[in-house]
Amino acid sequence: MNNAMNNAIVQVRGAVKTFAGVATAVDHVSLDIFEGEFFALLGPSGCGKTTFMRMLAGLEIPDRGEILIDGRDMTGVPPNRRPVNMVFQSYAVFPHMSVLANIAYGLKVTGVGAADIRRRVDEALQLVQLGGLEQRMPAQLSGGQLQRVALARALVKRPRVLLLDEPLSALDAKLREAMQLELVKLQHAVGITFIIVTHDQQEALSMADRIAVMEKGKVRQVAPPAELYEYPRSYFVADFIGKMNLFHGRASGDGAVAVEQLGEIKIPGNSSAGRVGIAVRPEKVKLFRDAPRPGFTAFKSTVDNIAYHGSESYVFATTESGAAIAATVQNESRDSKLPAVGDSIWCGWRAEDTLVLEE
Amino acid sequence: MRAPPQHRLRRLRRRPPPGPLDYGRHLWMRLTMLATFVFLYAPIITLVAFSFNDSRRNVVWRGFTVKYYLKAWHNDGLIEAFTNSLTIAVISTAVSTVIGAMVALQLWRFRFPFKGAYEGGMALPIVIPEICMGVAMLAFFSRTYWPTDLIWPFNLSAIIIAHISFSFPFVAVVVRARLASFNREFEEAAKDLGASEWRVLRDVLLPHMAPGLVAGALLAFTLSLDDFVITFFTSGPDTVTFPVKIYSMVRFSVTPEVNAASAVLIAITLALTATAMFLQNRAGQKMR
Ligand SMILES: Nc1ncnc2c1ncn2[C@@H]1O[C@H](COP(=O)(O)OP(=O)(O)OP(=O)(O)O)[C@@H](O)[C@H]1O
Ligand SMILES: [Mg+2]
Repeated sequence: MNNAMNNAIVQVRGAVKTFAGVATAVDHVSLDIFEGEFFALLGPSGCGKTTFMRMLAGLEIPDRGEILIDGRDMTGVPPNRRPVNMVFQSYAVFPHMSVLANIAYGLKVTGVGAADIRRRVDEALQLVQLGGLEQRMPAQLSGGQLQRVALARALVKRPRVLLLDEPLSALDAKLREAMQLELVKLQHAVGITFIIVTHDQQEALSMADRIAVMEKGKVRQVAPPAELYEYPRSYFVADFIGKMNLFHGRASGDGAVAVEQLGEIKIPGNSSAGRVGIAVRPEKVKLFRDAPRPGFTAFKSTVDNIAYHGSESYVFATTESGAAIAATVQNESRDSKLPAVGDSIWCGWRAEDTLVLEE
Repeated sequence: MRAPPQHRLRRLRRRPPPGPLDYGRHLWMRLTMLATFVFLYAPIITLVAFSFNDSRRNVVWRGFTVKYYLKAWHNDGLIEAFTNSLTIAVISTAVSTVIGAMVALQLWRFRFPFKGAYEGGMALPIVIPEICMGVAMLAFFSRTYWPTDLIWPFNLSAIIIAHISFSFPFVAVVVRARLASFNREFEEAAKDLGASEWRVLRDVLLPHMAPGLVAGALLAFTLSLDDFVITFFTSGPDTVTFPVKIYSMVRFSVTPEVNAASAVLIAITLALTATAMFLQNRAGQKMR
């Protein structure tokens, strides 16, 4: 994680954007993004990620709320005067210009001297490892190379904030993983704030310093990856990030929750009375032959199915009360013993691993 | 063992039978194509061929000569008409390309009240019969007491205006069609990189429009060069354009001189088209 994180470079206050006839795309979003941060916007398709990014770039004007970049109010500032640059989802590399002309374009239009342009473009080419391809036309490049051109073209402007809208979605799995690593390295090298949009949670978890999870135009939670994974606050976030055993329940207000299909369980800490979500990660669920010692929340179950995934296996079981529970078992040695379908076992997890969620 | 008879036959034929999409190898297809070419080009070829015919009349071949080209060259009336036509075509093409491009941009870019009606109105000159346009122009220029006795090239102003008004809609239609394939993300990317509206137009939009502009300009040029009806109605008593002049010459007899002049016109048009296609091709290759 970066250290200089006390200086908010992007401040969004109550931003709203409604498209006529469509639901509100961005709904009262307030966010602070800090200098030098690698920030990810994560959410299902159509939740307003692109719209939010475009508002930062000035390509979309918010109906309400304000956006400050580098302390300056951006209301009424056109895209060409904002200290941000964007890497478009489809790259938008100009088809009639060579790689060199594409990268130099942003400097040329702002009147940077020719010698300066040459030097900075060379630097950018080095940075994204495109040396030797300067004279190529975009149609002669692969998807990964195009993406680097788009990246170099934005980076060469030395923006305060770089916006990346699903920059890796057009790449195949292998190249994608390589580019994820490269992007993180690059961000460390240039020290520019990166805001990346993705709907791939693995991508967000592995790259970002902090992640904002969006749903239907609203920001549901902003947290570092580990916190987001281990302490999701709402049912939606818990469901969206990673695999999760999820239940609905009603908290009594004295440290117990009546969970649908599961019965009453003890919860860590306390929760005010009312409807809550109860969740536990499959890898926190352990399998026992006999009833485990106290301190575990455990249920007698029958194994329904086992899915083998190489490094781990998923065991799906049903409790006596009819609730489905999934458990992840690491295949730590070659002869790891798994229960068989139909076996009677106990599924249990440490009481403190139980998550209590807002409905 | 002997090979079965069909097998031998096929080997004799050497080439495999035409595939389902090999239309070019069907006899009926070739005949149709031949007929088409004959109907299309026989008159033109005859016209060009007889411009070299050493005879007053265009009936029998009497030998090769270029004297009718020289004669046409020394025919002051014809040369004047030719110069007029070229001047009109060049000016009206330039102006209508600019106006057409602007109309196309406006229709593509902005939303405003009565846009549909406006778009239809702009395309009207394409569908209005030429004769109506001609009469309307005549009425307009005589009502406004448009001067016809100015010095060259201002004496052509009425014709030029008329030509612009019927050719810019063609440019607009062609350019508009081209703009429909423009990806707005390029415009946004350019702006994001710091380009002003003007730079976006120059650096991103115009290169994309270029093939449409070339095609539109070419269309406007040929429309203007061979327009007869509207020109006939709008030209003053002393201004003559090439098609009008040819018409008056033909009224007496079709001399090889007319053929020669027409052949020159065909050559010019072909050269222009070839240039335009070359330019478009080069632009296309760059894009690819
Ligand atoms: N120009 C527009 N006009 C009307 N509605 C729009 C427009 N742009 C976006 N929307 C709507 O706003 C909502 C949010 O769109 P947005 O593109 O921001 O989603 P997204 O989170 O980027 O989705 P994805 O992951 O699929 O890219 C969607 O419901 C979309 O239909
Ligand atoms: Mg999007």
